[in-house]
Amino acid sequence: MQRRHTDSAFEAELSELCERLVLMAERAAVMVETAVSALVARDTVQARQTLALDARVNRDELELDEMCLLLLAKRQPMASDLRLIAVVLKLVTDIERIADLAKNIAERVLDLNAEPPVREMEDVAQMSALVLEIYRESIAAFATLDVAKARTVIERDDEIDEAYHTLFRSMLQQMVSDSATVKRGIHVQSVVKYLERIGDHATNLAEHVIFVAEGLDIRHRGLASQEGGSDGQ
Amino acid sequence: MESEQEQEAGALGMASGSVLRGLPTGADGTSIEALGLNAFYGKKQVLCEVSMKIRGGCVTAVIGPSGCGKSTFIRCLNRMHELGAGARVTGRVALDGQDIYGPMVDPALLRRRVGMVFQEPNPFPTMSIRENVLSGLVMTGRLAAGQADEIVERSLRAAALWEEVRDKLKEPGLGLSGGQQQRLCIARALAVEPDVLLMDEPCSALDPIATARIEELIHTLAGKFTIVIVTHNMQQAARVSHDTAFFLGGALVELAPTNRLFTSPRDSRTEDYITGKFG
Repeated sequence: MQRRHTDSAFEAELSELCERLVLMAERAAVMVETAVSALVARDTVQARQTLALDARVNRDELELDEMCLLLLAKRQPMASDLRLIAVVLKLVTDIERIADLAKNIAERVLDLNAEPPVREMEDVAQMSALVLEIYRESIAAFATLDVAKARTVIERDDEIDEAYHTLFRSMLQQMVSDSATVKRGIHVQSVVKYLERIGDHATNLAEHVIFVAEGLDIRHRGLASQEGGSDGQ
Repeated sequence: MESEQEQEAGALGMASGSVLRGLPTGADGTSIEALGLNAFYGKKQVLCEVSMKIRGGCVTAVIGPSGCGKSTFIRCLNRMHELGAGARVTGRVALDGQDIYGPMVDPALLRRRVGMVFQEPNPFPTMSIRENVLSGLVMTGRLAAGQADEIVERSLRAAALWEEVRDKLKEPGLGLSGGQQQRLCIARALAVEPDVLLMDEPCSALDPIATARIEELIHTLAGKFTIVIVTHNMQQAARVSHDTAFFLGGALVELAPTNRLFTSPRDSRTEDYITGKFG
């Protein structure tokens, strides 16, 4: 069983920090869902709703940064507490970027809705569902410090990359065969690129989960580095 | 094969050249090795089978909760523990390979090589600043004629106190502030030219500024001496030491490079203690 901090106020502050990060992460997930739903339904209202949600995530970023700085100043954390707070400082940036990418998708929706439909978007919606599933798995891994789940997230990034390349090629073929679709096709390609980037941020999140739980920094080295110990030798 | 301390890596893989990477080390300093060290007060065992290597010219911090044996441990390193009533030691402590508990070893001579600074500054109350610095040499009859002034200045400079007291060397040591008194005690310990400096919570009675001065002093002494510091202040241990040893219940739990121990300790008991999940 995980031991609790002797200072219950510190325990509560760390718990609140994690809960607030998970809430922020879920808000960003809702933004992605709303943006892609707007894409599929050509719904300008939903697209504008997505843009409006970004301010709340930006506020989360500032508030979580402040919480981390206060915790560092007041508690001088060590070991896993220090790793957690350092990681939250990084994750808020990843999550804020996810919200920005959702906003970018919504902006492309507004561009696309100003013109005739270029194609069905069901396959883009499928890619979005895959990205969101993996992203939410990474959030769950963070919430429970589940290293096995985090490893799965990292491994599944290949699925997202494959979906991205398939959709990219599909749009490219359409633009080659019908030059009138180039402008709209580039917008759709941008959307799938944004989704692929969101998958990369989910991978970052999962890598940080492994660092918090085990003190093992696998960034830029991959899962195989876990076999070699944690000293960065 | 190099020990983990010798690799001096740090789990975070900091860029080489980072000031955070490490304090200066003195490869030629006196190393200390405890092997199966046990210490007792009467029937009560306060240290159990402690085996650890302290690198020469480095600063090693010893941390742990009250009663864990950390002060007893360093008192075994200059044979002060055995001065207590009913106190005894078994096992081996080697200074550069030589067993300090060997039959030919004179404890008084040993304590010249292994100086100690205590929790409360304790300058001799009837002595001036100058007399305090020279007291160790005077008491052991080793003060050569004509060397006193040079030794006083050198020792006070080494203890970062010279500029503050150079014009009042004949004034009582007790007239100094707490932090200055502690640096005077360090100067006194350095005057006999030890190889090792043991510090038993040297800053616990000092304010943050005086503490910072002592820590700065430890930085400058690192490399010239082997320093072992007992502290309750984990941030202090993290700031001043190359290696940190965590003691619990009289036993050594973990000895590791400080950079790693405070970011990714290997033993869950260390993790619990340094994150405040203890007791």
